[in-house]
Parts: sequence; structure tokens; C-alpha cells
Amino acid sequence: MRSLDRYGPAALGFGGFVLFLVVVEILIRLGLINGYIVPLPSQVIVALERVIAEEGILPRFLLTAGEALGAGLLVALIGIPLGILLFEADLLRRATENWVAAFAAAPIVLVYPLFLVIFGRSSWTIIAIGTVAGLPPVILKTLEGLAGVRPVLIRVGRSFNLTPWQQFRTILFPAAVPTIFAGLRLGLIFAMINVVGVEFLINFGGLGPLINELSERYDMPATYAAICFVVLVSVLFFLAVERIEKWLRPAS
Amino acid sequence: MSTATNLHQVSRKGAAAATGGQPILTVDHVVKSFETPQGKVTAVDDMSLDVRQGEFVSVIGPSGCGKSTLFNMIGGLLSITEGEIAVAGERVNGPHPSIGMVFQEESTFPWRTVEENVAFPLEIQGVGKAERLERAQHFIKLVGLQGFEKRFPAELSGGMRQRVAIARTLAFQPKLLLMDEPFAALDEQTRLLLGDKVTQIQQELNQTVVLITHNITEAVQLSDRILIMTYRPGRTKRIIDIDLPRPRTSEIVGSDAFGRYVAEIWNDLREEASQGMQDEEALAQQRKRP
Repeated sequence: MRSLDRYGPAALGFGGFVLFLVVVEILIRLGLINGYIVPLPSQVIVALERVIAEEGILPRFLLTAGEALGAGLLVALIGIPLGILLFEADLLRRATENWVAAFAAAPIVLVYPLFLVIFGRSSWTIIAIGTVAGLPPVILKTLEGLAGVRPVLIRVGRSFNLTPWQQFRTILFPAAVPTIFAGLRLGLIFAMINVVGVEFLINFGGLGPLINELSERYDMPATYAAICFVVLVSVLFFLAVERIEKWLRPAS
Repeated sequence: MSTATNLHQVSRKGAAAATGGQPILTVDHVVKSFETPQGKVTAVDDMSLDVRQGEFVSVIGPSGCGKSTLFNMIGGLLSITEGEIAVAGERVNGPHPSIGMVFQEESTFPWRTVEENVAFPLEIQGVGKAERLERAQHFIKLVGLQGFEKRFPAELSGGMRQRVAIARTLAFQPKLLLMDEPFAALDEQTRLLLGDKVTQIQQELNQTVVLITHNITEAVQLSDRILIMTYRPGRTKRIIDIDLPRPRTSEIVGSDAFGRYVAEIWNDLREEASQGMQDEEALAQQRKRP
């Protein structure tokens, strides 16, 4: 029973995914899905080896992962302090909160020419766009997390005569960690989408240009195989974020 | 009553008398008013109270009488409009290191284990990790939570969480333990049993306690004296000495003397509580009108 509790969800998730691939395979083979547009999952699996051996996927994977890491770190290092600043400065919060929220919905990627002018056709453009796209949810969720701390916890801190810094370090921040991390996850999604998207658009960097190139060659199995590596970058980042959150707040 | 009990009772009374000259808490003609759109509202009016070392005093009154306002003023979380509050001879102008507060709402830190919660005030005081965990252990034992040190609050019941909050405040080693309806969210049986625990801790530490409550049974079970407040503005209606033997357990709720105290206090409170209820109904009527 205990092992079912522990491994059951992962096994069900993996099993469901395999079942989905099997169903797609059958539907393509039956001609119900166009095999020219969607490749056979079995061909994608075979193409994984080809992509690794022939397309130099490892350095490309590391480059995209590095850009995503850079954007993710900047999103956290800029977004969380900005959220704290808005929490502390009420006037600033009221003046900018709606703007930040509107910014979250804006298609930042469309202003890539501006970033190209500023940073050139380099990884810095990709990291900068990824960072700008990932900032709004982190700022808003940090603000929401801090503003939502239960008043009684703040009163406990006051009753122990904590300094403002102690109050922030020992009560406000740890209490807000789950909400801040919800924002970080969203921010990372936005950053990741934009990193790969801009790589694709400016044909520079790691996995984005490879996907572009493979799709233009109409090598659909290899295109999907390369997309699998984008998913892998995303999975690795989510696991890392989960680890950091667990470390910061073990009871989460 | 056993001889041992009698001796203990005498020694406690002796200790209280010996330190009787210098109260731990002095509330001196305290007034608290608030400015509202409807004008000035006085929540607490001319209240005075002295609490001696080792004494357990409860403040009881109907909902909305200003009990929590008084709690926040004594704890230094709310400013005083008139009068003065002093703890251990020092005037209270804000949170004071001699006062430890336990709140009505669940107030443990969910991201800390039981021992980390209890060790929190020691951590703030800069006590080293090994020493603070060792000292926390003493207070964890005192509230009967040994074996749960590594658990998180989410893994504990409401009563256990409130005991963690009490242990955390005791680890602060306050001269005055100030509690605002700490068992309000608990069922009656748990409340009675926790009352036993609080009584035992208070006697063991000779801790001075002020308890804010609306529960008559709880007040009589725990207190040496009970201050009854009037309904709006909150004033002292009467102070009753509870002359029940100590050490006391919840078994005392079945005694005739206990019942007489409960009846006597309810007699004083009934009029105030009725007034409170009428006010609430009038307010609800006003809200209903377009």
C-alpha cells in the first residue's frame, strides 16, 4: 500500500504517456492521423539516437539549458526583490501593479528586434527576452505571497520584538515561499517558452535553431526528437525548483 | 485534601504574599478610544488591575467588550489613549521582553518543526543551535509534546499546535504570560484537559498569567482572580477571588463551589451579554434596511 502511495502517481503518469504514444502510433498506422504531419512515435524514438549522434545535440542542449538557467536566475534575482519592493512601498504598488499584470499578458517576444539592436545576435538577447517575459508572474506572486501572510504570524513576530529585518527573514519570507515559488514556476515557463522561441526566431543558440533546421528539412521524426530535449530542459528546471523549495520550506 | 496539597497551597500563598508588594503587571486607569466616521468610540474605559507574581488572573466579558483591545494594549501591540500599563516596574510603550503573548488564532510557524518553533525566541536572542534545541526540549516536555519534536504543525491536532505556541512563548521566559482565548477553537473536552496542562505548567514555573476569555468554566478552572468586564465601553464590573484549592485539576468542575462561582459570574455577565446581543441585532436590522 505504501509503495503504491509512493510510486503510484509516477507509474500512472508514465503509463498514461506510454499508452498515449501507443494510441497515436495505432491511429497513424490506421491512417486516421496524417503520418506526414505527425511522425510515428516509434520513428521519433529511433530519431533520438540519430539526433544525438549526428546533430551535436549535447552542446546545443547545454547552450539552451544555460540560457534558460541564466534567464531563470535573473527572473528570481530581479523579480523577487521587485515584488518585495512593491510590498514595502504601497504607493509604488498601487501605481504599478496593474501595469505589471498587463505586462504579464503582453507578447514580449514580438519586440525581439529591439533586443537584437541592444544586445546583438547573441545569447544575451535570448536571456534578456526570457528574463523580461518571466518577471511579471514572479513580481506579482511575490507581492501576493507577502501580502497574504496571516496577520497573527506578524503579531507573533511583533510580540517577540523582532526588528523589521528579522520579521522579514524569519516570518514574512518563509510564510510567502509557497506563493513565491508558484510565481517562479510560472516565470520559468514564460522564460523557457521565450528562450526557445527567440532561438528559433533569430536562428541562434541551441535547440531552437536545430528544431527550425530539422523542420525545414521536413525531418519530422528528428524535429519531434529535438523537441523532446526542450521538454527535458523544462523537466530538469522544474525538478531543481522543487528541490530548492523543499530545502527552503521542508513542510511544503 | 491531602497534607501535601495543603502544604503546596500554603507555600504558593506565602510566595505570593512575599512578592505581594510589587505587582508584575499594573494597569492604571487605562482608556482606549478610536476615531471612527461616526465619532469617537471608547473601547476600554478607566480600567485598573494589579497582578502579582505567580498569580493567574482571567479577564472575562461578552463579545465586543474590549477584552482583545486590553490584551493588545498590555502586550504593547496597541497604543494607550490614557493611563499607564507597567510590567515588572517598566512602562509598556511597545512589545516588551517581559511579556509573552499567546494568540487565539493558530500561530505556529508551519515551515518549522515543533522544536524549531519552540526554539524560535532563543534563535532570535542569538542562542547557539545546540543550546537552544536543548532548552526547547525542556519546554516541549513541559507541555507534554515529547516525541513530536521533529513533526511539523500540519501533522498535529489543533490542541497540540496551541501547546506548541504556549511552549514557544514560555521559551521566551516572560515574566508575564498573556493569553487571548488560546483554546477558543478547541472542543470543550480538549479545552478542559489543556486547562489542566496550563495549571500544571503555571504552578511548576510559578508563572504569572493573564488570560483573556469569554468562557466562564475555563476562567474558574484556571484562575486565582477573575475580572468581569462590562459591555461597551469595557469597564471593570467586578473582581472575584476564586478560593478553590490548588493544585487544581479539571475534576473540580463537578464540585459545588465551582458551580457556585460559575453561577455568580454568569449572574454578572448575563446583563452585559444580553446588551451585546441586542446591539448586534440592532446592527443587523440597520444593515438589512436599503
